[in-house]
Amino acid sequence: MFAITTLVAVSFSVGGAVLDADLSAALLWLILFFTSMAGLSRAFVQEEEAGTVTALRLAARPDAVFIGKYLFNVTLLFSLDVLVVPLFWVLLQQTVALPLSFLAVVLLGTAGLAGASTMVAAIVAKAGARGPLMTVLAFPVLLPLLLGAISSTRTCFVGDKAIAADLLFLFCYNGVALTASLLLFPYVWDE
Amino acid sequence: MQTKVVLKKLTKAYGRRRLFADISVIIPDRSVFVLHGPNGTGKTTLLRIICGHVPATSGEVEITVDGRLLAREERREHIGLVSPDLELYGELSAVENLEFFAGVRGLPFSLEKARNLLASVGLAGRGRDLVDTYSSGMKQRLKYAYALLHEPRILLLDEPTSNLDETGVAVVAEIIRRQKERGIVIMATNEPEEVSYGDQTLALGQPGTGHLAQGPAH
Repeated sequence: MFAITTLVAVSFSVGGAVLDADLSAALLWLILFFTSMAGLSRAFVQEEEAGTVTALRLAARPDAVFIGKYLFNVTLLFSLDVLVVPLFWVLLQQTVALPLSFLAVVLLGTAGLAGASTMVAAIVAKAGARGPLMTVLAFPVLLPLLLGAISSTRTCFVGDKAIAADLLFLFCYNGVALTASLLLFPYVWDE
Repeated sequence: MQTKVVLKKLTKAYGRRRLFADISVIIPDRSVFVLHGPNGTGKTTLLRIICGHVPATSGEVEITVDGRLLAREERREHIGLVSPDLELYGELSAVENLEFFAGVRGLPFSLEKARNLLASVGLAGRGRDLVDTYSSGMKQRLKYAYALLHEPRILLLDEPTSNLDETGVAVVAEIIRRQKERGIVIMATNEPEEVSYGDQTLALGQPGTGHLAQGPAH
């Protein structure tokens, strides 16, 4: 709902004018970031609140739990992409010079959001003040990804330079986020 | 088929508040070990330390199965837990819960096995009902089905008969009897009847100490 409300509000406020590519790219990723923060923070909090975390901790290996939650979050965010990206295209009338690269940027960007956010969500679930903590903790971790995704998206919109280096950066971010999360998650989960 | 749990100089403190100190116990195979004492003396915490869910301030827990000392991450394969703070998924049925946890543990699952397990805890015919619709006593029974799903060597019971009626209490007594034949039962309780099951009992209560006693074999 946050995503739809923001897109509709912005499209009405600009009155049909096409936004600058930089602004447009930043807007898309801000919508995806804040929407994912609202949804992904529940990944572990729900287990803690329902008391099912004890049963799960005793039955499952930490890496299996992390991968399960990560895959769920990736699926959730890909579903969000399916809703937000076409709406973004229609309402803001943004032209895309490199559509296939744009698709890759969106997929790699949202997978990166899911990877780092899943780990942060596990930390947040252990804390008392859960509400604001997710965004505060996730922001510095996700800032490099967001900057890279915004820059790549802008390039896809304009098509004025090569995109390969940007895609490689997003791919590497995913690899680093997943590896670090898999290494650190057992400490968060078992303590 | 030998199981042994050794608590070595276990101490647990939260900040400056010490729950218990220097607890050393050997719990042999085919025995029941009972922790008892007033609320807040660390019975549940001690069970959690044995599970590996809470770190001890000092000391260690050694679990040996068939002569092999288990690493902490291996304990989950051999431990079953029933505890008031353990909940199963309310939005799933009892059978779905068992299927899920069998999958998570990498165990083969069959409807017949689930039905037998549920029947053994007194939930025959209720396996398809959502757990959210269960009474607290039925949820307690389902926790036993969850704990016994992987036929653990060590069964940890925290307040084992809470919320249970007379039939449920009899079911738990039978589970403890059968578990004693294949491994170890460690339970935290203040019910005199349950304390009497203990081959060894440990009274937690006086700050910083615990009193170990040999109990009557049941």
